[in-house]
Amino acid sequence: MSGMSVDGIRAGETRNGRGGASRRSGVKVSFLVPLALFAALAGLLYSGLQRNPGVVSSPLVGRALPAFVLPGVRGGELRSEVLREEPSLLNVWASWCAACRVEHPLLLRLAASGEAPIYGLNYKDERGDAVRWLDRFGDPYRRSGHDRAGEVGLDLGVYGVPETFVIDRDGGIAYKHIGPIATKDWEETIRPLLRRLRKEPR
Amino acid sequence: MIPELGHFALILALLTALVLAVAPFAGAVRSDPRWMAMAPSAAAGLFVFHLLAFACLAWAFAANDFSVLYVAMNSNVLLPLHYRIAAVWGAHEGSLLLWSLILSGWTLAVAARSRSLPREVSARVLAVLGFIAVGFLCFMLFTSNPFARLLPAAIEGRDLNPLLQDIGLIVHPPVLYMGYVGLAVPFAFAVAALAEGRVDAAWTRWTRPWTTIAWTFLTLGIAGGSWWAYYELGWGGWWFWDPVENASFIPWLAATALIHSLAVAEKRDTFKAWTVLLAIFGFSLSLLGTFIVRSGVLVSVHAFANDPERGVFILAFLGLVVGGALALYAWRAGRLAGGGRFAVFSRETMLLANNVLLTVAAAAVLLGTLYPLLMDSLGLGQISVGRPYFDRIFVPLMVPLAGLVALGMLARWKRDRAARLAPLLGVVLAAAAAGGIAAALLAHSAAAALGAGLALWIAGSTVRSIVERVRRPRDLLRLPRGVMGMSLAHVGFAVTLTGVCFVSVLEVEQVVRLAPGDSVEVAGHDFRFEGVHDAAGPNYRARRAEIVVTRKGRPVARLAPEKRTYAGQAQQMTEAGIDPGFTRDLYAALGEPLGGGAWSVRLHYKPFVRWIWLGAILMAIGGALAASDHRYRRRAATGGIRDPLRALLGGEGAAPGAERP
Repeated sequence: MSGMSVDGIRAGETRNGRGGASRRSGVKVSFLVPLALFAALAGLLYSGLQRNPGVVSSPLVGRALPAFVLPGVRGGELRSEVLREEPSLLNVWASWCAACRVEHPLLLRLAASGEAPIYGLNYKDERGDAVRWLDRFGDPYRRSGHDRAGEVGLDLGVYGVPETFVIDRDGGIAYKHIGPIATKDWEETIRPLLRRLRKEPR
Repeated sequence: MIPELGHFALILALLTALVLAVAPFAGAVRSDPRWMAMAPSAAAGLFVFHLLAFACLAWAFAANDFSVLYVAMNSNVLLPLHYRIAAVWGAHEGSLLLWSLILSGWTLAVAARSRSLPREVSARVLAVLGFIAVGFLCFMLFTSNPFARLLPAAIEGRDLNPLLQDIGLIVHPPVLYMGYVGLAVPFAFAVAALAEGRVDAAWTRWTRPWTTIAWTFLTLGIAGGSWWAYYELGWGGWWFWDPVENASFIPWLAATALIHSLAVAEKRDTFKAWTVLLAIFGFSLSLLGTFIVRSGVLVSVHAFANDPERGVFILAFLGLVVGGALALYAWRAGRLAGGGRFAVFSRETMLLANNVLLTVAAAAVLLGTLYPLLMDSLGLGQISVGRPYFDRIFVPLMVPLAGLVALGMLARWKRDRAARLAPLLGVVLAAAAAGGIAAALLAHSAAAALGAGLALWIAGSTVRSIVERVRRPRDLLRLPRGVMGMSLAHVGFAVTLTGVCFVSVLEVEQVVRLAPGDSVEVAGHDFRFEGVHDAAGPNYRARRAEIVVTRKGRPVARLAPEKRTYAGQAQQMTEAGIDPGFTRDLYAALGEPLGGGAWSVRLHYKPFVRWIWLGAILMAIGGALAASDHRYRRRAATGGIRDPLRALLGGEGAAPGAERP
């Protein structure tokens, strides 16, 4: 019974299918569209692979940190002067920034170890989202300024989020790191730099 | 020794996969039955070697073998045994192994049922699955070996990410991967059909149950992930549009479209090339998603660049599998032109609209997810689009989709008239409108009214379509399981829609400073803060709050949200305190201590939030019902491969399914 019905359907289908094949065979342009879209996507991913974010150097390195006063994400305010009290880190972050989560555990460890004060620049973010993000993932910052319109970010030449600036005692930008800080970056570049800066006389 | 055994098993698995990828396909091309007959045994071997490798890694975790790098990185002595076992898939290498193991399980399942297929088809399908396994095994062995040794061995391991120390971790990834990887089966069927140059009703009948089962797992996996995020992340949200979530949601949208287009292809012999394309898309997207998540390309372009070897490998493999399938499609799809013509007003048109909406939704979510990468590549900086983009794009696509469900179920194939449907749906429309108005009056919200109206519209029209099919109540049990499953899944969609809409619109959230003894009212409930005390778990210390909830003086619940600090981790974890309910959840999460015993506390009243997951469970039950329809369990065409495997696995599928009159 069942075998018959399978065969019956298949016989009908085959006739149909052959008819279709003879009517239109060969490659139609529209069938190439998915392949072309995929090729574009693969190209995009490949360019992502080749990108080395570290090479974009900031023209601001060596110059003074632009002065700013921002409302704090959790109240209060963040003034650029406090960053000069001792060599410190200014980390640009946002709740919408997935890459920030990569470096976040490292920042939390740094904050817990007290090696350097970390200040945050909350870039183009909604305050509620930012507070929730800090509640969810932990808050490594002494204070985060809320740069809703991204104006301070513009002054700082922020290229992407996250970025981290090393600020020396004179309020100068000693170094800028683009992208999440990996343990290697911290151990080989940023920590030695901070140590050197701390030893420098004021 | 045991880890080396696992490593060796992986190498054997790779060799077996190579045989599976090459021999049956060559056999199908040369019409050599002996070569094709190798497929089932190779599939069985592939599964056994995977299982062995997996067991070896699990043993290394159970025995705290910190000379294995992966174990040392993701476990420690204090971690309870069940989390140590679950830690096998807690990070990159092990989750690849789980992925590959599940793929080999699906391959074995296809092989076990291969007697119901013509042997050329089953040989090609199994060869494609074998080819995918080759890619994964190479990736594991050459760039991400879970058995790599650490010498000298670590004395103590680092811990498993505390976020993952939860029952959710034990269950969620395997279920999700079952769905992800299950889409490889319709993909393999699609490639086999293209290679053969033919798609017919039999092909769709073979492909449908696999697709539906994979979709069922994917549904459960996504819902489970959402539920896990809800109670474990302490953020009170149930969906974040985060790249990791999107990576599973995009294939789900494609698979949902595929299920619907397969229905048309089977019943009406049309949409054939499109269905094959969707089957390719479904798995390609899940492959893209898996790799995006695993490689971190989206979490950060930068992180990807740190490990170029993996990145290049991933991309090359993706290009080979997806690019190869799409090239085959471009070459052969012309032969798949279908016959069935249909009028503008017909079930075909409704399902076409369903497919267009779901595909556009999948593309929009994909675009939003890849947007940072796209902008970065164009040199415009790393710009993320967040919830506002997704909400704005997604909601307008889901509203017509929900509206179309009724027409898709009730309209006839080929040609129908609105005048015929109008009387059928009049009552339903009136009920939906009444429900919408009631919701508008009660909740003072147009969005809630729309949500309630649409949900009632879907549920009502589902009932109406069943009434159309059965004249007497006892016929209800005789409905084909496919119809029962579809109806249940559509009701599930309505339930999820209700939950999503109500909790989004009507949720009440308050962040307050509470000192011991303080209380605050949220949505008619009084939350009294009794203070915070210390508590300890097996491998963490916690600060646990006591919050007593009363409503009109009567006690309702006690909530105990926590802040946990895990041994060896700097990061504090927030554990929410939740009182679940059918129509509402009460949810409390601790913020920061504010001194003097006071804390900042976040309190939520979440109406109908559980309906989101309840609906998903209904959808999944519907999927399981539909996949078990007798139609698919028919005995096979002649010429299937006879193999011992079937006897081994019970072979219940061999019984001739009862054909309904």
